[in-house]
Amino acid sequence: MKIVVCIKQVPDAKDVRLDPVTNTLAREGVQSIMNPYDQHAVEEAVSLKEQLGGEVTVLSMGPPQAEEVLKQAISCGADKAVLVSDRAFAGADTWATSYTLAKAVQKIGDFDLILCGKQAIDGDTAQVGPGLAIQLDIPFVTCIQKIREATDKELIMERMMDDGYDVLAAGYPLLLTVVKDINDPRVPSLKGKMKAKKAEILVLSAADVGADSTKIGLAGSPTQVVGVFPPPPRGERALLTGSIDEQVEQLVEKLAVYL
Amino acid sequence: MDYFLTEEQEMIVEIAKQITDEQIIPKRAELDEKDEFPREILENMGQADLFGVPIPEEYGGFGGGCLDIVLALEQLGRGCIGVATAFAASALGIYPIIIAGSEEMKKKYLTPVAAGKKFAAFGLTEANAGSDASGIQTTAVLDGDEWVLNGTKQWITNGGEAQIYTVIAITDRSKGPRGASIFVVEEGDPGFSCGPKEKKMGIRASSTTELIFKDCRIPKDRLVGRKGTGFITIMKTLDSSRPGIAALGLGIGQACLDEATIYAKQRVQFKKPIIGFQAVQHLLADMAIQLEASRALVYATAKHIDAHPKNMSKVSSMCKVMATDMAMKVSIDAVQVMGGYGYMREYPVEKMMRDAKILQIYEGTNQVQRNVIGQELNKEYSRK
Repeated sequence: MKIVVCIKQVPDAKDVRLDPVTNTLAREGVQSIMNPYDQHAVEEAVSLKEQLGGEVTVLSMGPPQAEEVLKQAISCGADKAVLVSDRAFAGADTWATSYTLAKAVQKIGDFDLILCGKQAIDGDTAQVGPGLAIQLDIPFVTCIQKIREATDKELIMERMMDDGYDVLAAGYPLLLTVVKDINDPRVPSLKGKMKAKKAEILVLSAADVGADSTKIGLAGSPTQVVGVFPPPPRGERALLTGSIDEQVEQLVEKLAVYL
Repeated sequence: MDYFLTEEQEMIVEIAKQITDEQIIPKRAELDEKDEFPREILENMGQADLFGVPIPEEYGGFGGGCLDIVLALEQLGRGCIGVATAFAASALGIYPIIIAGSEEMKKKYLTPVAAGKKFAAFGLTEANAGSDASGIQTTAVLDGDEWVLNGTKQWITNGGEAQIYTVIAITDRSKGPRGASIFVVEEGDPGFSCGPKEKKMGIRASSTTELIFKDCRIPKDRLVGRKGTGFITIMKTLDSSRPGIAALGLGIGQACLDEATIYAKQRVQFKKPIIGFQAVQHLLADMAIQLEASRALVYATAKHIDAHPKNMSKVSSMCKVMATDMAMKVSIDAVQVMGGYGYMREYPVEKMMRDAKILQIYEGTNQVQRNVIGQELNKEYSRK
């Protein structure tokens, strides 16, 4: 089975600050990590490979330093890594990103399954996975919490819902986005780290993947960010304490003001 | 301090650190409280190739040396030396096979350990044979194509949890130290069983049991090396494993210094953080001095052993004594810095102090180590 996993390098959420002047995420001096949801996607791909055989290719769109997360994926069991990197991609929204990743997937060649994290923790849109499936014109299922059975023909899986889960079966080609419940990502192995150190990462430019220059980067993005601002502080809150009777009394007193 | 580790050594540290921080530290109090063997954590260590570190590459390992294993154990020890002891005891269990085993034996036993699929244990101690290994009572007699083992091993780490046991038994009592041999016993061999888990003061995540042999019959080819070479192999095994125990001392020492210093910065008495008081500063300073001096000696000893010197007993014993006495002292001082809080189970230094004590006892008491050092000095100065 040929599996492609899309991963993204994101700022560590433990260390998020807003630039007070521009109101955008301050990335200077902030540590970068592999998007946590994507770590689960890599783990699921590697365990499917261990079960069914095949190959796992990790794919990322980003600046040259995104190689770090691709190498991390190799140390956790991925076989190949591809980085699509070009100044022309800068400012891409989720649609332009999906288009670029689709061109890269087509360039990589054959695949049966594409796995993505549910969303990236920086943008939090959860749109790139489904967008990529649309661009490639393949079916997709989001929020997979468990793969119950995997064969060469199909997957039987659980999709997380607000109250419980759906059980679905789907054949290939297929794109899935996964949630954190799906597995516990493994610690990189020593052999994996050594392999990652030596691994050569294929770097593709916009021209290499044959991208239409009007569909990539800021120019190719139908959405534009007009402004970013922190949410206004919430109004005054009060915590009622004491026995239920006392609390009810306090509540009535407070509400009486509005009568 | 920068010890100029190689890139591969940095990788070992990173992996062991990640497992320690993400898996061991969050679980150590519970494992200690429940006397629970950390099977899942050990399996994850296996998957991350840590068990393969001391195993030669041709058997699926990493072919690492003493310093490599020391670095891994130091990190694991920073989390919990109960968990780290289970790991270390497996390495100890396969050392005799690495040192003296046949090609076939290495293939059979080292490969699954390197892959993290099986654990090992090392059976030397008996009720009447601790520091004095010549008191061993367990016997092995050749009967046709089988060895028949009888006797009981005591306080064996990983007992009941390991699948592979290397056990020393007397094959010819008349030959004294040359009458002992090492055998591989497998879980499930007829006549072999493990006693109940011992209740210990510390390192409670590790399993400690008796190994009981009652007419235990094993195939002839389970003899490790030549007959009668058991003691030599054991001495070589312990010479190269002692720095690993020293490394656990470094781990505890580091953890205690970290906990005590962070606490001293936060704890306010007389309107200032207690780290501002010279009495506390001096305690912390002494902890840091002893820790770093021990680390320097342990790393230097491990590098020395990796150069395969003819004699390593003295330095190996020296680093074990220094780092484990340090661990005991530093853990006591960490509890002192933290006062009443340090004495409570809610804070980790209470467990560290209980755990540290075993380091001065197992794999040769620190008194026996000093004997070794003294005897070596005597020999050295007789030659001069």
